[in-house]
Amino acid sequence: MKSGAPGQRTVSGGPGFLKQSQPRYGEKVIKVLLVAASLVSVLTTVGIVIALIPPAGEFFGKVDFGDFITGTNWAPLFKPPHFGVLPLVGATLMVTLIALLVAVPLGLGAAVYLSEYASPRTRTVFKPMLEVLAGIPTVVYGFFALKAITPALQDHWPFGDGPQIFNALSAGFVMGIMIIPTIASLAEDAMSAVPHALRDGAFALGSSRMQVSTRVVFPAALSGIVAAIVLGISRAVGETMIVAIAAGGQPNLSFNPLEGMQTMTAFIAAAGIGDLPTGSTGYQTIFAVGSLLFVMTLVMNLLSIRLVRKYREVYE
Amino acid sequence: MSSKVLERDPIAGAPGAPRLKGRGTPWRERFFHLSLWASLAVGVVFLVGLITYVVVEGWSRLDSRLWTNFPDLITPSNGGAQSAIMGTLWVIGFTALYCLPTGILTAIYLEEYADQNRWYNRAVEINIQNLAAVPSIVYGILGLGVISRGLGFGQTVLTASLTLSLLVLPVVIISSREAIRAVPQSIRQASLALGATQWQTIWRQVLPAAVPGMATGSILALSRAIGEAAPLLLLGGLTFITFNPTGVESQFTVLPIQIFNWISQSRSEFVALASAAIVILLVILLAMNSLAIWLRNRYSHKW
Repeated sequence: MKSGAPGQRTVSGGPGFLKQSQPRYGEKVIKVLLVAASLVSVLTTVGIVIALIPPAGEFFGKVDFGDFITGTNWAPLFKPPHFGVLPLVGATLMVTLIALLVAVPLGLGAAVYLSEYASPRTRTVFKPMLEVLAGIPTVVYGFFALKAITPALQDHWPFGDGPQIFNALSAGFVMGIMIIPTIASLAEDAMSAVPHALRDGAFALGSSRMQVSTRVVFPAALSGIVAAIVLGISRAVGETMIVAIAAGGQPNLSFNPLEGMQTMTAFIAAAGIGDLPTGSTGYQTIFAVGSLLFVMTLVMNLLSIRLVRKYREVYE
Repeated sequence: MSSKVLERDPIAGAPGAPRLKGRGTPWRERFFHLSLWASLAVGVVFLVGLITYVVVEGWSRLDSRLWTNFPDLITPSNGGAQSAIMGTLWVIGFTALYCLPTGILTAIYLEEYADQNRWYNRAVEINIQNLAAVPSIVYGILGLGVISRGLGFGQTVLTASLTLSLLVLPVVIISSREAIRAVPQSIRQASLALGATQWQTIWRQVLPAAVPGMATGSILALSRAIGEAAPLLLLGGLTFITFNPTGVESQFTVLPIQIFNWISQSRSEFVALASAAIVILLVILLAMNSLAIWLRNRYSHKW
């Protein structure tokens, strides 16, 4: 299926009598142009690294890296400033965990339903609906979490004090709904790639549809499903607008999801709005936290890409 | 692919065929089926709830003031989003201008010219896949550190559209590659056998056949760019802008940023205004999504 360069190979690599009659400069110019275009994406990565590393380096010239990574007090604009990033990381992990508790079961459930149960007609109705969910701007999700979900939770909270106006719970819940399509579509791809012979074999042995789904298709597609979840985690860690709107802007090292807390992305956004002067330590914190965020998501993205490749190789 | 299997349902059997005698569906099977169905339904119910909520909240403000008036901090009941709507059109127009040619040319290189066994081509490919999942706020940092302050383009339409085009470039590349890959090899071989050069083959045979798929992907990429707020927050698109952009050097605001700004205000008039603007934004995005789905259904064909 892969298209190499059939034209070129026959002309330039063939026997002598097929030698090209004239050099085709136009073709060469076009190839240079195409290579130049594909370098843009490489330059983007280089640009990201250039944007992050020097200011982050300057920051770590002033602030000890150990203090940064283990400190429990984040107050970069106070006097004296504190640069302990743990409250931001803790909040990020808290919101991510809540989002995954929503998105993993619902996303995988939807994927199994679409891949193993749904009739073709049901699929053509519901798949685009899930895609619409992925296309809604996150600022809208944030608005809905703050103005609709949080008040509803406050009104109907069954035990003790309800959630605060800004809280990790509604931000995480809405983020989980946002991630459902990501997990569902990648997991469904993985399950659809499982050969039909496996299903037929299991059915022939008298398995029910549930047994085929959970004991044959699901294990066979596991690496793709894990990749989907890892990508979902990466999405949750990197999501900005929902947490900036609904989770609040107060750094808070707490494990109570009903409290407001500031995630890494929400801090970057808040600091960016502040229009800090170039070169100040406050400005450099954007890049220090950004570097940490980039490294965390990079590791997860590469892991997810590897896992996707693994299952593709098995069944092609 | 899987639909073929679903049609011959081993539990229900072929229509008209004698049913195998069973003990009925056990309750566990039914519960499993129901919970799968429910997990799909939660997303759909949420979607319906969200749309109903913004329409109800924004109903009082859904009139022409929304696109004829400028944002007004003092009398929000008379404010509109004209500068944000015009800003969105400007920014997205230039984003399309930068990212569509770059993305499509990259896709052509990777599909038609690149030797997949070379490490550098595979590195480019993995790089693109990774870029597709880099958080959008990191692109904001790129825009702030390199484009806005490094290259000195400032907080302008130009900076915003360059940043957004880098953000959605991977989506354009990946979907264009899929469209090019779907064109059968025999068409290329026929063209080359008739003496066409490689570029003539691509330009006159492969690209025309791949255009619908590319258009679908490009529309989806641009609709993602329209909804993005996080990277633009860092580029200073937040101030109350009461004029429309006049060029790439102009300051700007866009709909998602304007909505974010209104949400942050405490007065209740702004909630209605934000909801009305969200309805406008969702209508634009739903229109683009439907266009993409229609294009895919209208022009997709099996070879």
